[in-house]
Amino acid sequence: MITVENVTKRFGPLLAVDQISFHVPRGEVVGFLGPNGAGKSTTMRILAGFFPPTSGHATVGGLDVVTQTHRVKQMVGYFPERVSVYPDLPVRSFLDFVAEAKDVPRRERKQEIARVIEACGLDKVSDRIIGHLSKGYRQRVGIAQALVHKPEVLILDEPTIGLDPEQVVEIRRLIRDLGADRTVIISTHILSEVSTVCDRVIIINGGRILASESLTELRAQLQRTRRLQVEVEGPESAIRGLLEQMPRVETVRSLELGVRGPESNGSAAFIVEYTGEDIRKEVSRALLQQGWGLLEIRALELTLEDMYLQLVQQSNGTGAGVYLAPATLVAE
Amino acid sequence: MKFMCVFKKELRLYFGSFIAYSLMTAFLILTGYFFYTDMVFFDLFGDFMDITSSLWTYYFLDLRFVTMLILPLLTMRLFAEEKKLGTIELLWTYPLKDPHIILGKFFACCFIFFLMVFLTLAYPLLLSTVHQFDWGPPLAGYVGTLLLGATFIACGMFISSLTENQVVSAMSTYGLLVFFWFLTWNEEAIGTQVIGVVSQFSLFDRFQDFAKGVINSKDIVFFLLMTLFFLYLTLQSLESRKWRGIR
Repeated sequence: MITVENVTKRFGPLLAVDQISFHVPRGEVVGFLGPNGAGKSTTMRILAGFFPPTSGHATVGGLDVVTQTHRVKQMVGYFPERVSVYPDLPVRSFLDFVAEAKDVPRRERKQEIARVIEACGLDKVSDRIIGHLSKGYRQRVGIAQALVHKPEVLILDEPTIGLDPEQVVEIRRLIRDLGADRTVIISTHILSEVSTVCDRVIIINGGRILASESLTELRAQLQRTRRLQVEVEGPESAIRGLLEQMPRVETVRSLELGVRGPESNGSAAFIVEYTGEDIRKEVSRALLQQGWGLLEIRALELTLEDMYLQLVQQSNGTGAGVYLAPATLVAE
Repeated sequence: MKFMCVFKKELRLYFGSFIAYSLMTAFLILTGYFFYTDMVFFDLFGDFMDITSSLWTYYFLDLRFVTMLILPLLTMRLFAEEKKLGTIELLWTYPLKDPHIILGKFFACCFIFFLMVFLTLAYPLLLSTVHQFDWGPPLAGYVGTLLLGATFIACGMFISSLTENQVVSAMSTYGLLVFFWFLTWNEEAIGTQVIGVVSQFSLFDRFQDFAKGVINSKDIVFFLLMTLFFLYLTLQSLESRKWRGIR
């Protein structure tokens, strides 16, 4: 449904999107994941026909976004990152304008507007002026305008940002429902959103795609590598050497002191990555045989967050050696 | 007729936010005051002269001034506001072509301006109840006013498409219009030959004949061409997003 080939977008000297390529089949919900300024919005704007790419080729439903922009626009519902609505118009007149702009035939207009008003839960506020609504409602008006005329492709740029938790759940459910019979691209930096809503995730940073995998693949990959956190009282380099020699262990990294807290004087903590069966038993036995004090050993769940941070940090060149324990991520 | 949706939206915005009402009120108060003073002048000194040169010419030159004062305030928001609010992103991702957007906005402003001018017909109508006169010259003046207004609107819209700040938009429009106005003021400074050329482009001098009750087809063509020229510039300004590095 959506094909992007070697698309690049420059803003003067700034390279916003750098030679990206991906493909989204019909009916898939894809999550665009990446830090701010990664190039998510730029890519989405190109697909929505807002501006053409500097170079490269992109099609939506087989139509070229540069040469057949008008027909692409008829097919796409777009929700911009900056919630853009006319604050001086009442909800219904705004949607009326949208329906007319999107070529909804005159006799179907009323019905179509009623449909999106209901779908986005705007019944109570449909006659109020948009500028007087709460942020959550304004956001919904923004989503409602994207839904008018049942577009085959929905491009939603951070649709749940700034909503309260209850509304977030509602909007996600709505996106899930919509995704049942159409292609959806949503961008976000909320990772749980990806796992609840998307079939596939594209991780993007610095204008490049770092990973593009289906959520099932990703889960399988996450389960392949397992992690242990070990805290031991003893000589750090000797402990590290021992751990590295254990069978099936891939990497051993020191945990930053600051992350552990003040009571860990004289001890060293590590993150051990390994594959296959649980090796906690073997590790603890080997450590105790050396006469070191084993203070803590626990299995760490490798989460989407870890994976994402690893990828982004690697691509930023800051990832080497630094590892944040999941506990600290949760605390954030 | 795709521009109709933008046209209707603009009118809803103008009348929903009191911009239209406040500008129309100001326009009517100012023109009403000018008509009153011009009429007093005509009443005191004008009995021996014809009404065209002693009332209508003054009235339409005043009307021209008020038009210049009011229209930049009407057009300043056209694109500047859309850019500021981010709603331009919607317009540019809906199946609307740039000419639809431009024409919708242009005609919406023209509609409001024509409505204002139409309401001022009350002044000559009132005068006609106490004083018989030929309707030809004032109608020529009104035709000129509408053409001049349309050109001002196109000019203001073009400037609004260059900025996202409404104040900058209005001030720059004033700057450009005043420049057109003062273009031919000082013949000594720029020389008679140059003035012969630039006076052809002075929006304000072109209006003079209309004010005197004369409709020249070349003046009509001039205003229409100027309007088209500014509409074209607006189109180019909008299309520039396709090759310029804007965010």
